[in-house]
Amino acid sequence: MAPETRTQSQPEKRSEPTAATRVDANRPVAEPRPEDIDPTAVFDLEDLSVYYGSFRAIRNVDMTVCQKQITAFIGPSGCGKTTLLRCFNRMNDLVDIARVEGKVLYHGVNLYDSAVNPVEVRRRIGMVFQKPNPFPKSIYDNIAFGPKVAGVKGDLGEVVERSLRRAALWDEVKDRLKDSAMGLSGGQQQRLCIARALAVDPEVILMDEPCSALDPIATGRIEDLMEEIKSEYTILIVTHNMQQAARVSDRCAFFTAEVNETSDTRTGILVEFDRTEKMFSNPSDERTENYVTGRFG
Amino acid sequence: MAVTTPPMTAAPELVRQRLQGKKVDAAGLIFRALLLLALLVTMAVLVVLLVEVLTGGWGVFTTRMGEFLTGKLGSSAARSGIAQGLRGTFFIGAFVVALAFPLGVGAAIYLEEYAPKSRFARFVDINIRNLAGVPSVVYGLLGFAIFVKALRFLTGPGSANGATVISAGLTLAILVLPIVIITAAEAIRAVPDSLREAGFGVGATRWEVVRSHVLPYASPGILTGTVLSLARALGEAAPLILVGATTGFLSEGAGYGLSTLQERFTAMPIVIYSWAGRPQPGFASNTAAAIVVLLAVVLLANAAAILLRNRYEKRR
Ligand SMILES: Nc1ncnc2c1ncn2[C@@H]1O[C@H](COP(=O)(O)OP(=O)(O)O)[C@@H](O)[C@H]1O
Ligand SMILES: [Mg+2]
Repeated sequence: MAPETRTQSQPEKRSEPTAATRVDANRPVAEPRPEDIDPTAVFDLEDLSVYYGSFRAIRNVDMTVCQKQITAFIGPSGCGKTTLLRCFNRMNDLVDIARVEGKVLYHGVNLYDSAVNPVEVRRRIGMVFQKPNPFPKSIYDNIAFGPKVAGVKGDLGEVVERSLRRAALWDEVKDRLKDSAMGLSGGQQQRLCIARALAVDPEVILMDEPCSALDPIATGRIEDLMEEIKSEYTILIVTHNMQQAARVSDRCAFFTAEVNETSDTRTGILVEFDRTEKMFSNPSDERTENYVTGRFG
Repeated sequence: MAVTTPPMTAAPELVRQRLQGKKVDAAGLIFRALLLLALLVTMAVLVVLLVEVLTGGWGVFTTRMGEFLTGKLGSSAARSGIAQGLRGTFFIGAFVVALAFPLGVGAAIYLEEYAPKSRFARFVDINIRNLAGVPSVVYGLLGFAIFVKALRFLTGPGSANGATVISAGLTLAILVLPIVIITAAEAIRAVPDSLREAGFGVGATRWEVVRSHVLPYASPGILTGTVLSLARALGEAAPLILVGATTGFLSEGAGYGLSTLQERFTAMPIVIYSWAGRPQPGFASNTAAAIVVLLAVVLLANAAAILLRNRYEKRR
């Protein structure tokens, strides 16, 4: 569907040997591990701040997201994780009062450059939302819509089957592709939404608390699914569930909200961003440690 | 409170007593009775109206229904018919459907989906709401000035002098336009944002999201609103009087050909209005029968809308 996606993601050697956090320049850089050597950056955030009107929801984020890894965003409610995630495919454009400062570099191209078409961005960077939001149409039409608007002609049956198989949903729905997606269970709906995102063959998938509305079994299915597809996709996931972040992610970013001095508002900041293993066993920042050990707040 | 609650094992009798407490909710009962009264009054008015017109028009339907539906306006009550009125009402409905629906729904889509939420957009929105509240006589004056006078060369250059069904249809289309816009905009606003996000999330353009997801989801609401406005247009008399609908005798204006559009015309509400004012006894039953026919036309339009809406809703 988007063959150029893959060619664009050819390794682009970066001068930095690791993609470790750049939040605290004084902190010793994490020891390079095998999985850290020569990671290919997909995203580079440079001094990113997001405002809703005059309210600054998150500020001065610098981070590098690597290819074919699962990057998790954790942090207390309201610290701007969703807001930040929605900058990666310009979903914030849909919020009239939202304004972005700084850069979101995708393979070196600033997504917020005026020449960039957000529709093209979203074809390469798909999204799965917190609440399953299938179209109120048939299962087949849910999957086929993306390829159709991407200009794929002819029979989409094969794309539909492939996407549903990759999302581990095929066996459950293969006999009722023409039925409404609204009749599926919550977990099935969310896997359908993942299949829908996969159907346009994106390079990146953004997931905003994809399991928060699901029971543990459905959650387990989605986690397995992420594990399965991570060899082909770069995944960014926001999660409230620290065990989930520990289980599925390769890298983990911890955010928190700071009370502003001049007004009674809170602004999110990136506290620490490192390998998940290190974040949970030996974080550099005390705030991270307090949060991951449940002593937060 | 918790302290005084006896342990479950203690006395089931006590628990039962507490759970079965019968305190009379007087205020609640009175409120309920008032609500029921409001409903009954409304129903009573409707029933009285229906019984009145049905019994009044009964004689006409039993003795000369065919003649009544196909006959022209005339001086004798026993030989007058509503063919010209039905024809005028048909064309007015056609103008509303062909002009007010697409224009109104289009404007609503633009306002809700495309227009930046600026101060100007709010200003436009408020003014459309104000337009919906303008009395219909004012629209009649507007229609007279624009369609009958200024655009006479288009609406009726011949003997009708602009007082044609074209002028009437255009005037009523403009009259209901704000209502169509408001109801359609409300239906579009009720579409959940998560649906739009789902569409944008797979790389659809604004237009693709609107066409494939927003409009199908909003269509039952849009349909309901537009048909209500159609019923409103079919029942209006005041603007038609100003535009010059014929209240007396009318020899022409019974044909459905396009060439007849520039002839003099009348419509059902005008027929009812002029017959109601005649002293001869026969016209009273004619009036009642004409009202029944107009009600039937409006009910038919509503029924069609409900059928269409159910089909759309099933597909959701
Ligand atoms: N559309 C919006 N308009 C105004 N403020 C918003 C909007 N969305 C989020 N916010 C505010 O931005 C802050 C961060 O929200 P969010 O990104 O949803 O946090 P998280 O996902 O970490 O819980 C919150 O204070 C929230 O109230
Ligand atoms: Mg959130």
